[in-house]
Amino acid sequence: MEKANIDVGYVAELARLELDDAEKARFQKDMESILGYIEQLKELDVSGIEPTAHAALMTNVWREDAQGETFQRETMLKNAPDTVDDELIKVPQVLPGEEMS
Amino acid sequence: MIADNVKNLTLHAASDALEAGKTTSVELCKAFIKRSESVEEKVRAFLVFDKEDILKQAEESDKRRAANKKLSHCDGVPIAIKDCILAEGQTCSCGSKILEPVQAPYDATVVARLKDNGLVIFARANMDEFAMGSSCENSAFQKTANPWDINRVPGGSSGGSAACVAAGEVPVSLGSDTGGSIRQPSAFCGTVGLKPSYGRVSRFGLVAFASSLDQIGPIAHDVMDTAIILDIIGGHDPKDSTSLPNECGGFANALKSMDKRDLSGVKIGLPKEYCEVDALDKGIKESFEKSIDTLKSLGAEMVEVSLPHTKYAIATYYIIATAEASANLARFDGIRYGARTENAKNLFELYFKTRGEGFGDEVKRRIILGTYVLSSGYYDAYYLKAQKVRTLIRKDFNEAFNKCDIILTPVTPTVAFKFGEKSDPLQMYLADMFTIALNLAGNCGISVPSSIDEATSMPVGVQFIAPALAEEKLLKISSIFEQNRAVKEFTPGL
Repeated sequence: MEKANIDVGYVAELARLELDDAEKARFQKDMESILGYIEQLKELDVSGIEPTAHAALMTNVWREDAQGETFQRETMLKNAPDTVDDELIKVPQVLPGEEMS
Repeated sequence: MIADNVKNLTLHAASDALEAGKTTSVELCKAFIKRSESVEEKVRAFLVFDKEDILKQAEESDKRRAANKKLSHCDGVPIAIKDCILAEGQTCSCGSKILEPVQAPYDATVVARLKDNGLVIFARANMDEFAMGSSCENSAFQKTANPWDINRVPGGSSGGSAACVAAGEVPVSLGSDTGGSIRQPSAFCGTVGLKPSYGRVSRFGLVAFASSLDQIGPIAHDVMDTAIILDIIGGHDPKDSTSLPNECGGFANALKSMDKRDLSGVKIGLPKEYCEVDALDKGIKESFEKSIDTLKSLGAEMVEVSLPHTKYAIATYYIIATAEASANLARFDGIRYGARTENAKNLFELYFKTRGEGFGDEVKRRIILGTYVLSSGYYDAYYLKAQKVRTLIRKDFNEAFNKCDIILTPVTPTVAFKFGEKSDPLQMYLADMFTIALNLAGNCGISVPSSIDEATSMPVGVQFIAPALAEEKLLKISSIFEQNRAVKEFTPGL
């Protein structure tokens, strides 16, 4: 069986997922085993086969372009971890540079 | 009095009793609360269970009935909801620390429809974190036990939903099924679990795991109850663009009016690949053969069918489901809702640490796998390839259904396993071999208890699979089987 070419640390960075060293080592081993199993798909010839994206029996579902009901801002902000005056979602500094207070 | 023993009380029997004035919703709910309090210490099926709220809803139901304003035949009967389905004002943690602080701002369409019919929202049922798992051991909060043997798992991911029904804590519950998460725990716990066709039931308000596979469905004591719930929750919803426009209802009436002993003219397909699986336990195989005999004795004809791409279903599923999950779970970033790390100095760290602290092992594993199969250079080899194999798997089913009305398979290769028994993630994935292909194809399927395993005294289930939108046929045939199987009742000794 071909050994899978995966760098778990790099993939976790793509996924914005912090892993400690023990997790990295464990998941690296797991991924090699799972990807090894998945390798069996290689023996199938799928040339000329269309991909299936979903099992719904329809495409292009449209709705009227009309005003509908929506949620109140205060309702949706109730679950925010941090807000400014219950009106805005507060996040840490976005751009690197001088630390702002 | 009916409320004296609610252990295996069905939704329809409870509804009939309410209708006849033999009990009230308050009396009924008090009985289920009492039952839950006596077994919950062992079963641990519920994450949230608010007695005051239950009785408030029950009182309102009784007032409606007294004023001749009942909302439906089942007004006042309690139901438990899997913790990934939103009910306004209640927590919706998906079994994850990252969503622990969240309170649902609105009702999922299925919950709104249950409320419109007067059902009492009884409890939040435990689950594997984000529905990823086959044992409920991946919940961040507690391990639910199988009511038949508390040293064994209830299955997953809807393990809480199946265990609470099996233990008689509620007559019926909602689960969700992405690769078997309704049917597998039902088989493990001796309950009936229905996975409707993709698009039958609105996913609005269901926290997405793999959007092209997820479907909400009922878990109950018998097929009739799953039909009643599908009548209520099914049908088109403009809030879900994958919700089918087709008429969805009348299933319970169809079951009431049919001949309960006759399956003559029905062709049941037995996929030869499923019967040749090495991992199939001896007891499960024997039980499966008994089910075939029962169906034959009712006049059904068995035909061999072939699903040649079966052996690729698990690999295909774990590419597609994890790819979709890695995209769906990107929204849990600590910004707009849910838990946020307290250790971040900047936005970058906030994402990393919130997700690293908030997600459990299995969720991390699947995010990594899903991100990898979608990443540049690997997309064609894994994700696109899997989507093409998915086409072949769908074609297999279409061709098989040219030869038969319905397909019969085992649900699981073994009975419920013990806690910690399956520690290797791949071994856990392989246990889903009989349930996964159906989600990839979009068919409907049901798990019905078939017998008790001699070696372990655990329940065994059998799976019926029908083409998309053929729920009426699925429910009728499985109900006739249920009423004629050798074992009549499936109630744990708990």
